[in-house]
Amino acid sequence: MAVLNAKDLTLKYDQRCVVDGLSVEIPEGRVTMIVGANACGKSTLLRGLSRLLKPAGGTVTLDGKDIHTRPARELARTLGLLPQHPTAPDGITVRDLVGRGRYPHQGFFRSWSPQDDLAVQQALEATDTLELAGRNVDELSGGQRQRVWIAMALAQETDVLLLDEPTTYLDLAHQVEVLDLITDLNRRRGTTVAIVLHDLNLAARYADNVIAMKAGAVVAQGTPRDVVTEGLVRNVFNLESRVIPDPVSATPLIIPIGRHHVPTELELVS
Amino acid sequence: MNHGTTTAVSRPGTPGTTVPSPATGASGGAAAGRKRAAWLLAAVVVLVLLAATSLAVGARGLPLGTVLEAFTRFDPANGDHAVVHARIPRTVLGLLAGGALGLAGAAMQGVARNPLADPGIMGVNAGAALAVVTGIYVFGIASFSGYIWFAFLGAAVAAVVVYLIASLGRDGATPVKLALAGAALSAGLFSLMNVILVSSQDTLDRFRFWQVGGVAGRDWSVVLPGLPFLAVGAAIVLLTGRILNSLALGDDIARGLGQRVGLTRALTALGIVLLCGTATALAGPIGFVGLVIPHAVRFLTGPDYRWILPFSLVLAPVLLLGADIIGRVVLLPGEVPAGIMTALIGAPVFVWLVRRGKGAGL
Repeated sequence: MAVLNAKDLTLKYDQRCVVDGLSVEIPEGRVTMIVGANACGKSTLLRGLSRLLKPAGGTVTLDGKDIHTRPARELARTLGLLPQHPTAPDGITVRDLVGRGRYPHQGFFRSWSPQDDLAVQQALEATDTLELAGRNVDELSGGQRQRVWIAMALAQETDVLLLDEPTTYLDLAHQVEVLDLITDLNRRRGTTVAIVLHDLNLAARYADNVIAMKAGAVVAQGTPRDVVTEGLVRNVFNLESRVIPDPVSATPLIIPIGRHHVPTELELVS
Repeated sequence: MNHGTTTAVSRPGTPGTTVPSPATGASGGAAAGRKRAAWLLAAVVVLVLLAATSLAVGARGLPLGTVLEAFTRFDPANGDHAVVHARIPRTVLGLLAGGALGLAGAAMQGVARNPLADPGIMGVNAGAALAVVTGIYVFGIASFSGYIWFAFLGAAVAAVVVYLIASLGRDGATPVKLALAGAALSAGLFSLMNVILVSSQDTLDRFRFWQVGGVAGRDWSVVLPGLPFLAVGAAIVLLTGRILNSLALGDDIARGLGQRVGLTRALTALGIVLLCGTATALAGPIGFVGLVIPHAVRFLTGPDYRWILPFSLVLAPVLLLGADIIGRVVLLPGEVPAGIMTALIGAPVFVWLVRRGKGAGL
């Protein structure tokens, strides 16, 4: 239905090459988490996959068709995107903001329709923001605001959704809430999701598929259980760690080892 | 949890079964839409009344009966009637220039995502003015039909230059860089213009009245040729409401929503250049209208450009005509040009609006 594929993708900012000859597939109907150290090119990859950045080389295809040759509006009905720091216009209400996600479904001769109303209503319900619908976005808390932005992306009704660090600046409870919400969406609608995420433990818990990046290249891809290992953490983050089964979800749980608060026996054990 | 809301009651276990009532449409609902339409109608009524006042009021005080007579039983030999008729093109010009500047200002704030964007600040009016002065000085242009092409050229070149300067560097043309580039270029262009003016008494004389911005002393030969340009510019800009709404969410989101950001920016800019170029050629560089009106309008409409644009179109000439009328009577027997009066009246209103409200952002 909707398979996003990058082949030999090269992405540059001005002259600086950030991603060089990368090939990757975002599997259909799954939740994929892209992880890696700061400035490893993971956000850049997401921009490349979503047409925000024109590739200097290689192609990105959605269902076999190059995303850069498809009409923009048609693509936007299949591929949705939530960038890192979206800004809402002052004084806009939640319902208005979510309604703007309907842009690609409208045209000069097709303005607001009952279908749009329904999509907005469902997006508000799915994100539990229905009670906020009449409020101004500026008055909301960080967690509420992020849910509203996700609602806007949901109202776009795309088969593929790309999210760049949707949990930044949120407290732990809100991080879990947002990731639960995205998982709901994936399970109920079969939406293909790709998320750039900083928190490795949450990524390992919520991902069906993990893509680990280092210096603009993919170093590992697969299920969290196969990919997230002590060796990978050492390679990607240059950090010693222990990886144990998460007592709640049985997914890999990374316990970092720094220079302090480490009893010496630990080194002997390992 | 749901106290205070009557329509949005959560029903556990039945997600997705609500049918939205018509009153919960996207842009604040149908009820809000009707309310805004009523406000817009009220604004139109105010504008019509002001236009009528503009025909009736002037340096030569005429009884209302004479003014009415000038329309019902026009007598070409009657000097009073001629005075009234001379006020018609002036009124029409105020309507046109005001509407153009208000519309252009609103579109500019949307396209640059900057609350300070205004044809005056972004260098467009300065570019048009410098081009006209150059036309007068170098080519001896003395007619409106000559002015207007210079004004377009100047407005377009200034818009492109501001955009190019602001685009330098990695982030592209950010709102802050656009405003800085526009302000810097404006200052530069106006000093260039002054260089020409101080070096040529002849140019200065011809330019002097036009420069301060005024709608007086213009007749039909000035107004009519501007109409097609204004019509095309207004049509383009009025159709950009939805585009500006997406653009307000940031370039990335607008692109994610399937908008071709560069193309739509260029199209809107074309509309703005047509409006500002014509308005400047018609009435001289009038500042402030394009800045203050869209802000005031947002207090009525909220951030939806599909409403901000038509409201700006109607309310900007209210300010310009009102300023022109007051300018005619405050310093009798002389007149204060509308360009000066708009700033005199507009500035305190603007300060009051900004201080009163919770900010007049986008």
